[in-house]
Amino acid sequence: MENLIAVITVFVLAMFVGFEVIVKVPPTLHTPLMSGSNAISGITIVGALLSAGSGHTTLTTVLGMLAVVFATINVVGGFLVTHRMLEMFRRR
Amino acid sequence: MPQWIVSLSYLLSSALFIFGLKRLSHPRTAVRGNLLGAVGMLIAVVVTLLDRRILSYEAILAGLVVGSAVGALLAVKIHMTAMPQMVALLNGFGGAASALVAGAALYEAQGVPGAMTGQFTVATAASGLIGGVTFWGSLVAFAKLQELITGNAVVFRGQHLLNGAVFAISLALGAWLVLRPEQTGTYWLLAGVASVLGVLATIPIGGADMPVVISLLNSYSGLAAAATGFVLNNNMLIIAGSLVGASGIILTRIMCQAMNRSLANVLFGGFGAQPVTAATADSVYAGKVKAASAEEVAMLLETARRVVIVPGYGMAVSQAQHAVQSLANLLKARGTEVLYGIHPVAGRMPGHMNVLLAEADVPYEDLKEMDEINPLLKQTDVAIVIGANDVVNPLARTDPKSPIAGMPIIDVDQARTVVVIKRSLSPGFAGIPNPLFAAPNTLMLFADGKKAINEIIRSLQEAGVAA
Repeated sequence: MENLIAVITVFVLAMFVGFEVIVKVPPTLHTPLMSGSNAISGITIVGALLSAGSGHTTLTTVLGMLAVVFATINVVGGFLVTHRMLEMFRRR
Repeated sequence: MPQWIVSLSYLLSSALFIFGLKRLSHPRTAVRGNLLGAVGMLIAVVVTLLDRRILSYEAILAGLVVGSAVGALLAVKIHMTAMPQMVALLNGFGGAASALVAGAALYEAQGVPGAMTGQFTVATAASGLIGGVTFWGSLVAFAKLQELITGNAVVFRGQHLLNGAVFAISLALGAWLVLRPEQTGTYWLLAGVASVLGVLATIPIGGADMPVVISLLNSYSGLAAAATGFVLNNNMLIIAGSLVGASGIILTRIMCQAMNRSLANVLFGGFGAQPVTAATADSVYAGKVKAASAEEVAMLLETARRVVIVPGYGMAVSQAQHAVQSLANLLKARGTEVLYGIHPVAGRMPGHMNVLLAEADVPYEDLKEMDEINPLLKQTDVAIVIGANDVVNPLARTDPKSPIAGMPIIDVDQARTVVVIKRSLSPGFAGIPNPLFAAPNTLMLFADGKKAINEIIRSLQEAGVAA
């Protein structure tokens, strides 16, 4: 129970931080905000790596590997395409 | 590697994500912000790879190579006009990854004493549900935007009832999984029903409501990651996931406000599914619409001191952004002030128009938000509307019964002359006629957006040579 309260606390506080930080992003940058935050949501890759590498059973390895593929597309594609867009805004 | 180093590294990554997002508040600092986020991700991945629980690297390497190749290819090849599809797809992949990780965790926890806590099982069910909805909802959004399936709202009798029933079943399955977590089959059943729900919930939402859907799915992909954080008891996942969740919620709210509609209305409305009757369109337009040629518009622009360009999704469709930018440069060189008025829901995702114009080298200082541009329109000589319709429809202000009543619009009708570049008088997404087209100060230039702008440029240049 102690642990549950601790993680819920982190969740709620992070939500508040998220609101405060993201409200300040101007509409001009809303598309890169979406693709960039999307790349961040690929953080599940951490869990995917552990499942793919821990060799628990073949099934969990396969599930983990699939998750690694999806999460990596999300992370690599997200950060790269965001970079591409933001470079266009910075050009001048 | 000792656990405390891992935990501290994760904390560092979380902090980098927050700093990164903070720097997105200005175009000048945004590139660095995105890089900070990427560095945070790299630290998290490297530290995880050194974890002693990892025994073999074959599956990891294979996954990383395939994922990186596909991700990089998508990111480099995608056209800026197709950015909404790309983001929809990425949202979906994030959701799928979260659901798969939670599924794997469920198997790994079988038979481990004390692993099946309430937190674990509830979070696993949530991951499966949100992840499934996100993945399939995003695939449908992708297919609509890519025009693989109809972009219109797909509505049928009993739709709400069916969706409600499917949602209830998924909740029941989730509850069952919490009670009997050893029955792993329930998880896949839950993910399957969630997938059906994702499809059913997205098909009734039509083209111009896509900005809301993509924002919402963006939020879901974050919440799925946060739920997986609860499964794995990992603070970094919870923090990163809730940042993204918050971002999506904010964007969803902005999009809904920009249309003066509630989220429920967008999600359940089947908006734009009823075609407009020809009779109402006739009574609005009959005998009042004035068509103009590119030369006439060029003559107007020659003497204009301030020109405001209002783009819509039609500009993206006709790929007119580069032509628009050339026209703006030409006018600026003659001393005319040129600004852009961007409605929040113009295009198919938040900020879509801005990205397209930035790609065409339009300086971001010239891109004005609705609230900034509206006070300037009274002192504007020519407003050029290209590929936009509902977001400049004055009925939103005047007709309380209109489907767009109360929606904030860009007040182009206040400009001295309005030039609307459009192929026909066909209605926009809301399916209603636009009295702006018949206003005494409006000229219609019936043509494809790109062609029309290029013709205006040619006329201006010829006039310049003649003078």
